[in-house]
Amino acid sequence: MAASKEIRTQITSVQNTHKITCAMQMVAASKMRQAHKRMECGKSYSQRIRTVIGHIASSHSEYHHRYMVDRPVKRLGCVIVSSDRGLCGGLNINLFKAALAYCQGEKLPSTEIDFCLLGAKAIDFFRSVGGKVVATHRDMGDNPSVSDLIGAINIMLTAFNDDTIDRLVIASNEFVSTMRQLPRIEQLLPLPKLPEDEADNYWDYIYEPDDARTLLGGLLTRYIESQVYQYVVENIACEQAARMIAMKNASDNALELIDQLKLVYNKERQALITQELSEIAAGTAAV
Amino acid sequence: MRCDIVSAEKDIFSGEAEMVAATGELGELGIFPGHAPLISALVPGTVTIKIDDNEEKVFYISGGYIEVQPSWVTILADVVMRAEDIDEKLATQTRRKAEKSLAEQQSKLDYTLAASRLAESAAQLRTLRRLRKRLP
Repeated sequence: MAASKEIRTQITSVQNTHKITCAMQMVAASKMRQAHKRMECGKSYSQRIRTVIGHIASSHSEYHHRYMVDRPVKRLGCVIVSSDRGLCGGLNINLFKAALAYCQGEKLPSTEIDFCLLGAKAIDFFRSVGGKVVATHRDMGDNPSVSDLIGAINIMLTAFNDDTIDRLVIASNEFVSTMRQLPRIEQLLPLPKLPEDEADNYWDYIYEPDDARTLLGGLLTRYIESQVYQYVVENIACEQAARMIAMKNASDNALELIDQLKLVYNKERQALITQELSEIAAGTAAV
Repeated sequence: MRCDIVSAEKDIFSGEAEMVAATGELGELGIFPGHAPLISALVPGTVTIKIDDNEEKVFYISGGYIEVQPSWVTILADVVMRAEDIDEKLATQTRRKAEKSLAEQQSKLDYTLAASRLAESAAQLRTLRRLRKRLP
């Protein structure tokens, strides 16, 4: 009898786990929809700012802002966007692996890489890996604002301006679909070449204040900030999608486990009944 | 003339407009259709969009850039608030606090911070006053 009681407790505990994973799956599904919407919202800002930068750059081809000039890479800056919480499958660890592989591909010693870590998981991981961490930001929540991120981004931009780092890359997850998220590493600075506009670049803006350089500098900073914000929001959508899938798998596994345990439990119960019956039969035969 | 106000976090306004007024770094800007291409930094202030003779929309922005083309205007804003959403109490409070810390002038960092706070809250209050004047 003792064995069947144990199995019963085990079944209840798996059932409870199933309830939790089921609830987490539904929560993640609704959060994913919201995050996806936010991701779409911010896109037009960075697109527009990019067109403006393209116009200014093409009408002032003699002047190159330092954010646009490639220089030999002696030191690399790397922004890593991760989630704050776990239970989202291999999302974070895949990203970290891809980032480390990229850093190794650059053939720089790990001391020559400055990390800017966004999200608690990245902070925990890179603490054990080593590497110089210059900026961190955690507890972003589900709905971060640009102003939360500006501090960390500014540290990297200042480092780029001071020639401390020669290239800035960002590693985050790309939202391909609900079922699929891929780690992606992109170069933020110097700006990858903008696609050339139509040939008729004869017009130019009136500038207020009358200096294209200061304006361009401000625009570029804002552009980078909005890019990082975009990546962070996209990563949140990825996190929720990955969590949804992970929790769905966990729920399915729990159901399977419950079925197996029930089978064992019933077998045990039947064996017990058969045994009791045969004992009774033997008893009557003896009388 | 097409007018869009976008911030990094969301699209605020998008539609046809007869006139757009904003506060540029070098002074007030009033833009009608057919304006020459212009790009300007914006300081904290009010953006008014005249949609037609009867309708106007008022926004508060904390800074950003305006891009003008003959047939469209794009405002790339840092933080945008619909004028109706401004919290007057909070704005007045911030202004008072900023004025106080300006008067005390402790360190340079505090000074710039307080100055920008003051500019922002003053602009918010100005926007509110404008909105009030219009409402019957």
